[in-house]
Amino acid sequence: MSRQPDIAAGRLTGADLDRNFADLAPPLTKLEARVAAERCLYCYGAPCQTACPTSIDIPLFIRQIATGNPLGAARTILDANIFGAMCARVCPTETLCEEACVREAAEGKPVEIGRLQRHATDALMADGRQFYRRGAATGRNVAVVGAGPAGLACAHKLATLGHAVTVLEARAKAGGLNEYGLAAYKATNAIAAREIDYILGVGGICVSTGKALGRDFSLGELRESHDAVFLAIGLGDTNPLGLGDGLSGVIDAVDFIAELRQASDKASLPVGRKVVVIGGGMTAIDIATQVKRLGAEDVTIAYRRTRAEMGASGYEQDVALASGVAIRASLMPKRLVGADGAVVAIELERTRTEAGKLVGTGELETLACDQLFIAIGQSLVTAGLVEAGIRLEKGRVVVDAEGRTSAPGIWAGGDCVLGGKDLTVAAVEDGKQAALSIDRALSGAGAIAAE
Amino acid sequence: MADLSINFCGVKAPNPFWLASAPPTDKAYNVIRAFKAGWGGVVWKTLGEDGPPIVNVSGPRYGAWHSQDRRVMGFNNIELITDRTLEVNLQEIKQVKRDFPDRALITSLMVPCTEDAWKAILKRVEDTECDGVELNFGCPHGMSERGMGSAVGQVPEYIEMVARWCKSHTRMPVFVKLTPNITDIRWPARAAKRGGADAVSLINTISSIMKVDLDRMSPWPVVDGEGSHGGYCGPAVKPIALNMVGEIARDPETAGLPISGIGGIETWRDAAEYIALGCGSVQVCTAAMVYGFRIVEEMISGLSNWMDEKGYRGIEDFRGLAVPRIKNWENLNLDYAVKASIDQDLCIKCGRCHIACEDTSHQAITQMVDGVRKFTVMEEECVGCNLCAVVCPVDDCITMVPLADGAVDKRTGRVIGGRRTWLQHPNNPMAKEPA
Repeated sequence: MSRQPDIAAGRLTGADLDRNFADLAPPLTKLEARVAAERCLYCYGAPCQTACPTSIDIPLFIRQIATGNPLGAARTILDANIFGAMCARVCPTETLCEEACVREAAEGKPVEIGRLQRHATDALMADGRQFYRRGAATGRNVAVVGAGPAGLACAHKLATLGHAVTVLEARAKAGGLNEYGLAAYKATNAIAAREIDYILGVGGICVSTGKALGRDFSLGELRESHDAVFLAIGLGDTNPLGLGDGLSGVIDAVDFIAELRQASDKASLPVGRKVVVIGGGMTAIDIATQVKRLGAEDVTIAYRRTRAEMGASGYEQDVALASGVAIRASLMPKRLVGADGAVVAIELERTRTEAGKLVGTGELETLACDQLFIAIGQSLVTAGLVEAGIRLEKGRVVVDAEGRTSAPGIWAGGDCVLGGKDLTVAAVEDGKQAALSIDRALSGAGAIAAE
Repeated sequence: MADLSINFCGVKAPNPFWLASAPPTDKAYNVIRAFKAGWGGVVWKTLGEDGPPIVNVSGPRYGAWHSQDRRVMGFNNIELITDRTLEVNLQEIKQVKRDFPDRALITSLMVPCTEDAWKAILKRVEDTECDGVELNFGCPHGMSERGMGSAVGQVPEYIEMVARWCKSHTRMPVFVKLTPNITDIRWPARAAKRGGADAVSLINTISSIMKVDLDRMSPWPVVDGEGSHGGYCGPAVKPIALNMVGEIARDPETAGLPISGIGGIETWRDAAEYIALGCGSVQVCTAAMVYGFRIVEEMISGLSNWMDEKGYRGIEDFRGLAVPRIKNWENLNLDYAVKASIDQDLCIKCGRCHIACEDTSHQAITQMVDGVRKFTVMEEECVGCNLCAVVCPVDDCITMVPLADGAVDKRTGRVIGGRRTWLQHPNNPMAKEPA
């Protein structure tokens, strides 16, 4: 092929970019919030609350909004989920609380729980009132590795219980995927950073950035200097495509999203005219939609299985489609086509499922591309874990119901653990539960390791 | 096609929908718009005696109780009677009646409690050739402090006296508008009848403080930092008004006295309910103030279609049909029993029936059956109170099913049958009638 890659920065600028990266779901006005709140039936043993991984008392907080008590609503939310502001924006509510809403059963139109949660947490962020304070000092020290949602949820709960917490974060900023992952239009106005400021406002949490496990410290050292350790390192590696990834223009979607989230000027990011994204999860949707919104002309997600099997929810797929992204299912990568060291196309093979197994049909299709984004999953960086006596399985940390690893005094949660749900809200719950378990163990009421 | 026309105490109108004496009927401009929109009649906003015009507050006059989506559920006002001159009002009434001869035009009046005052104004109103007068014995704010409005309506003897004066000084039909700010509506109604009134109109507004402004620590609406009680109306008062209408309709002393029903009427259905309780016309104010005059189109079409569906050719065909079924509690059948029944196909599993029954009533609804979230009625506990059906958000999901004769009430073990009221009940030591 004699194609020359067409990659350029500044395909869109100014107002176009602002519009494309504005709030995906704008905040409810006061009247909209009241009307939305009024639709809540204040269910008993509410299915929405049962469906929430952090068990937020949703009927209560919506009633608080309806009665003109948004700060009370925020308190109800944060008591269960200290990351209530970001979860309001990024939770796949359509598969959690809003799917369970009885209004969904009755009318196919649930109460807008996510947007109401945002209404309440926005009110709190604007007001700035600090609900939490450090508990009476216990004299115990806990180290938290990773300042993402799991790590900071754990740190916050530990601080309220009076334990001194040190958080070690490999990146330059705290926040984890809230800061470096996710689509920018879901976290506008630096909400991720403002939320973390609020969380750290409890006091008693020392965050140390630029400190990577294995490079700057070991779990053994942490274990010696602290009474307990919570491991919330997420998934630090991405899975390679394995088709001769040496070509330029083949880009790790997670890296690009992080760059986009941190860019002071989104127009500075170079994007291809034609873009293909390989993958079917949230990362694939986020990269495809954002690259399209940066000005790529033609963006196609190619996923090896069917639409229904994609990790991304129907709502997320709709966001991509509405942004002009094409989703092509049942196509698996076969070969990269390069020219002068740069990718210019990808050859894909049509698939089907035979006896539960995905097989190629032999039918090939080539999609031209100037950039090829790889979003086929992330993996755990295992260095330093096994040496510390932490049992791994299927490339993840094994924990018990309370988040205890096999290594005494080390708990783990979030995306790095086996059975992790790859959800912010689930990570928050892991952190909260681990903190409670650590507290029980440190007060002599609980065990320090998994059986 | 049903005939909606009425003849109310000799006053004819093409339909029973009248606008009540209130801001919407204060001047010709509004009344003409109302008649063009289709209203069957109006009661012109209350005229006072000749003299310096009434002065209203120039701060807020109206307040409302809103639902969450800002529907006006209740409304109140501190506006007084017309603040335009008597002469201007009378001229306009005369012209409007001339221009709309087929519509009912009643003039509301409120003057000091002397025979001369009433005699003087009645003479001038007669000259307008309007269809009748309505004596405003109802307004609870402002004018009542000056010995008029509800200050008269709260004393049956005054009602009787003024009604008698009016009947002796005019050939026009005289309606007496009653205040609900009393203990028993039958007393003022009986007084009006004794005084010779042709009809009663009710209810006027209820004394109210809409809410307290918690920032200014003042009744709301706030007039320069302070507030006064107003007159409450709108949909929220309809049940109170219906009861008062029903009490007058079934009181042997006033039975048959024509009633113009007022209070929270927003739809044809509301109007039909008042008519079923005996009203010969209905009066509307709040709904018109909230939505504009065109609501009468829905009222006419809705009432007409419903009457066609029921086979009622005219208003008289169903007027008062519900009155004989208003009873005192002691006359209700204590041998009758119902049980709640939850339609599992319609149930959306919100759990409200369960928690209402569990926390506040009879512990008769499950929340879990065989480990599954399921709401079913335990008939051995259910007293048939209707609370679950009231709190259920789904239409017709919970119904109260009567037990058939011969069936056993699982709660009491009693075999259903018979018709004993409290007056015949064995538990009543004062039982007057044999079981």
